[in-house]
Amino acid sequence: MFEVDIFSYGFIQRALFSGLIIAITCSIIGLFLVLKKQSLLGDAISHMAFGGIAIGTFFNIYPIWTAMGFSIVTALAITKIRQSTKLPSDSLVAIMLSLGLGVGVTLVSLSDGFSVNVFSILFGSILLVSLQDIYPIIIVAIIVVSIIIVYYKKFLYIAFDEEQAKISGIEVEKLNYLFTILVAITIIVSMKLVGILLISALIVIPNVTALLFNRGFKKTLVISLSLSTFSVFAGIVLSYYYNLAPSGIIVLLSATSFMSVFLLKTFILK
Amino acid sequence: MSLVSVQSVSYKYNAESVLENVSFDINEGDFLGIIGPNGAGKTTLFHCMLGLLTSYSGRITILNQDIKKNKKIFKKIGYIPQKKSIDEKFPLTVQELVSLSLTRKTSKNKVFEILKQVGLDKMKNRTIGRLSGGQQQRVLIAKALVNNPIILMLDEPTNELDHKSQNDFYLLLKELNEKNKITIIWTSHDMDAVNKYANKVSCINKRMFFHGDKGEFFSSEDHIKNYSESTMQIHMHAHDM
Repeated sequence: MFEVDIFSYGFIQRALFSGLIIAITCSIIGLFLVLKKQSLLGDAISHMAFGGIAIGTFFNIYPIWTAMGFSIVTALAITKIRQSTKLPSDSLVAIMLSLGLGVGVTLVSLSDGFSVNVFSILFGSILLVSLQDIYPIIIVAIIVVSIIIVYYKKFLYIAFDEEQAKISGIEVEKLNYLFTILVAITIIVSMKLVGILLISALIVIPNVTALLFNRGFKKTLVISLSLSTFSVFAGIVLSYYYNLAPSGIIVLLSATSFMSVFLLKTFILK
Repeated sequence: MSLVSVQSVSYKYNAESVLENVSFDINEGDFLGIIGPNGAGKTTLFHCMLGLLTSYSGRITILNQDIKKNKKIFKKIGYIPQKKSIDEKFPLTVQELVSLSLTRKTSKNKVFEILKQVGLDKMKNRTIGRLSGGQQQRVLIAKALVNNPIILMLDEPTNELDHKSQNDFYLLLKELNEKNKITIIWTSHDMDAVNKYANKVSCINKRMFFHGDKGEFFSSEDHIKNYSESTMQIHMHAHDM
């Protein structure tokens, strides 16, 4: 049987607390990303973060800062190129993704010492979250959620139709840059939970599942938040009892929710 | 005084001329139908008038304000793009979509008033993907009207609507023009609809062939012949390519 006092362990408390905050932040930012048809941007930024972490570790700089700087600068550059040229954004994202991974792999191969940490960067280590790790997660969550609350209608209008948003006087380009920065900082602090290879699952899957319900924006957001927090909570608890990688279980639970809703909507509630 | 003035506007895209020296005035209360074949520059003209394209030569003023210098003037315009730009999977209810345009100065009750006027008040909680084509166009009108615009611009709004929905849609525009005193500018291929509902006609094919009263245009065989020939030229050019 399951132990009943799992929640009394400090490392589980920290994992659940930070995991749920990350789930909420990723779900909110992810809904706009999905609606803007930029689901892969999260993936690309996380790969850039890998390059940034490799730079920081190689040059003995605190890797979170280099990851943040490298990701933000390249994500802004991609946004600028997308807005000022007709180049397809999926191709730009592919370039960004490869560049981040290329920088990371090259620096890892040049270094002897830090390849041990690569596994946790790639796949996350939520059960090892310390109190020091939780502070930036809380700060970023407050910043991201506050800005989204203030500008949500404008972000939503831009996602619905950039052209009309521009005509109505919304500063589309500036808000696109701001949004890109929010995505980048959310991903950097979320890497601890599921790692760079799986972070886009946390951003995309709950939102795509929520879209299957065909509701309005607010209800879609609530459904996405519920699915996301459930996956993270259940994923961490199950990973403890069955000694599995939490990031993998979280993503599998998310994907299972998607498949269940999809099958239900397609074959039973059609 | 004219409400909108387009003076000698020319626009090139990749060195190819899209608009050539187009000039016309629109007065308050006009119901202007802009006709022209595909590729005639109608949407480009709209994009210039809406500030989406700024690298045109010439001058466009709304209420005597140069639109390149005063961006706030666009708040006086409601715009409805071609229907293909609606994403039916987008998770928005009718009420949420109309509220997107709502500014702080506008009361939230305005959303319900407008939805009632366009006949969609009972569908306010329905998602846009569950509406018919005609209802979607009505929602877009409601969204464009929510901030009390003085001009409503519509880019080929009835392209994908059936005949009945088209008629209902034009009757709504007529009501907005006559009762709410909103100036309507709309592009169309539908000569019959322009003849039936507009009071002014602009005929464009890169250049302005005609701008004036509807009666003058439709009573002149020369004007209609000019329009038909320009349409044919576009088709032949397309086949040559």
